[in-house]
Amino acid sequence: MSKVLKSIYMPILAVVIAIIIGSIIMLATGFNPVAAYASLFIGAFGTLPNIANTLANAVPLIITGLGVAIAFNAGLFNIGAEGQYWIGAIVGTWIGYSFKGLPWYIHIPLALIAAMIAGGLWGGIIPGFAKAYTGAHEVITTMMMSYVAIYFSHYLLEFGPMMEKGSVPQSPLIRDSAVIPTIVPNTQLSYGIVIALVAALFVYWLMYKTVWGYEMRAVGFNQRASKYAGMNVPFNIVLSLSLSGIFAGLAGAVQILGVQHRLYDSFTSGYGYTAIVVALLAKNNPIGVVFSALLFAALGTGSQYMQLNAQVPGQLTDVITGLIIFFVAADKIIELFKTMFKKQKKEELAS
Amino acid sequence: MKEILLNPQLWSATLAMATPLALPALGGTFSERSGVVNIAMEGIMLIAAFFAVLFAHLTGSAWLGLLGAVIVGMIVAVIFAWAAVTLTADQVILGMAINIFASGFTAYLLNTIFGFSGTPTDTPMLPNIDIPIIKNIPFIGQILSGNSVIVYLMIILIFASDYFLFHTNLGLRIRAVGENPEAAETAGINVIKLRYLGVALSGLFSAIGGAYLSIGLLNSFSTDMSSGRGYIALAAMIFGKWTPFGSFGAALLFGFATALSMQLQNSALSKNIIMMLPYILTVLALVGVGGKSVPPAADGVPYTPKK
Repeated sequence: MSKVLKSIYMPILAVVIAIIIGSIIMLATGFNPVAAYASLFIGAFGTLPNIANTLANAVPLIITGLGVAIAFNAGLFNIGAEGQYWIGAIVGTWIGYSFKGLPWYIHIPLALIAAMIAGGLWGGIIPGFAKAYTGAHEVITTMMMSYVAIYFSHYLLEFGPMMEKGSVPQSPLIRDSAVIPTIVPNTQLSYGIVIALVAALFVYWLMYKTVWGYEMRAVGFNQRASKYAGMNVPFNIVLSLSLSGIFAGLAGAVQILGVQHRLYDSFTSGYGYTAIVVALLAKNNPIGVVFSALLFAALGTGSQYMQLNAQVPGQLTDVITGLIIFFVAADKIIELFKTMFKKQKKEELAS
Repeated sequence: MKEILLNPQLWSATLAMATPLALPALGGTFSERSGVVNIAMEGIMLIAAFFAVLFAHLTGSAWLGLLGAVIVGMIVAVIFAWAAVTLTADQVILGMAINIFASGFTAYLLNTIFGFSGTPTDTPMLPNIDIPIIKNIPFIGQILSGNSVIVYLMIILIFASDYFLFHTNLGLRIRAVGENPEAAETAGINVIKLRYLGVALSGLFSAIGGAYLSIGLLNSFSTDMSSGRGYIALAAMIFGKWTPFGSFGAALLFGFATALSMQLQNSALSKNIIMMLPYILTVLALVGVGGKSVPPAADGVPYTPKK
């Protein structure tokens, strides 16, 4: 139990410090932080529809976050989850509207599986092989592939083959047989949440209870030692980046089938970027991903309510998000604070 | 197509679009040559773009706007350096953190300081400069003359950076620190100090690039106006093999793709396909098509002094 406590202690401390600095920023710009945080909380959890929308917001973050966490576990940085998400969304949408007369229990899995394969190819095969065999850094390759995916979606939707005729850039609606039904009426919460939770359990099992997971983590821990121990390092690099892309692709498709029901031409969804933050805060633990996704989903839904009711610009939550990650990454700052605090205490005792 | 290529507007737009890529790419070259991966340049550009407008508006001078932007940009860079170099935190994650913070912080300040109507329309802009003699040459004059002062500053900085990095003692030391910090320290070089310098320079150049977006090209700030240029600059730097002239060449190529896609506004296919090309080219460059791009050996690896 103390081990679990120790591993969540730092992230929670990072969140607390970020919230305090957020308060200072609000005070400096003439807002009341207590009112702001209270309305943020009510907006995220105050009513049943608000809770449902927070959960719905968490779904793409959980699934994409799991993908990013798998790569992190293998010592790889999948910064292009956003693009893999888009590829999954594109393929999910296409299967969703172009196949007629399928029963839902074939149509939905077909769309999800195809999206997973596409996301896996995009994130895994190209950056994975590039990394494993030429050493091309995955931070840059996944990022570049991400931009290619986003422009590809523009191409498809702006007068391209997926644009609905005679309208603004958007795809046709997916068919009813491909729609993942909602759980709470008039909210965005669909059975996608079940997919997300099952995915989290699956990734936990995969990473901690199977040989594949062990090898991926070993490669992440020490590539040279893993190679010496007879592990196939290139295979594990391709595998972990592919899995990473598979989950990001799944997230895109689940969002289309469960919430959006069509593809819109917006520049970015942002889920792929927030997913990196989600995985970091969770210290790449699949179960932790669920909770950290909930936190960032709550910040997302709550911020709109905070803007309306406390007039505090909603972007404050991005400020807090950035600060959280800064303190998670630079965890030595916290140790610095601790030693300063201890010194002070000693001096107080001495005097 | 021929008409488009012979239009001087395309080429002056190429130069204009290359400038906010070349400046951070140049900055990134210093930072990575010293061994620090700085993806926070995106956020530094954004923060600088905002403070350029703010200071220009408050003082009524675009030059003071630029100065303020540079100071704020360097402060952020030094905070990044402190966490990355002194506290040896993960550089990529720190960069992400600063970029998310910058996006939220500038949007928050935009709303609290200027309100939802946006930045004031009477904010001064940095001047455009006519080059005597060149300005009268047909075609060439239309491209090379009459650009923002930052464009010419960038060209000077490219030559200066190349000289500094490859022909001065300090430049050699920066490169040594990025290739082999242990050996550099043994030779009596202060690794930590030089990494701070590399990161500070990346902050300086990114800040000028950010100010160019808000008070060079325009006289206003909008949310997320750096729109990924800091990341693209990293790609340009890699494509240019971590050299000032290479980075500039790659920035011109990326700028050309952007300018061309703007000219092809109405044909969706070619516009979006052309925008993909720089990214595909970067992946190909990294994989080693047409000569491999090798980063400095200690790039991205935190270093703890031995003593």
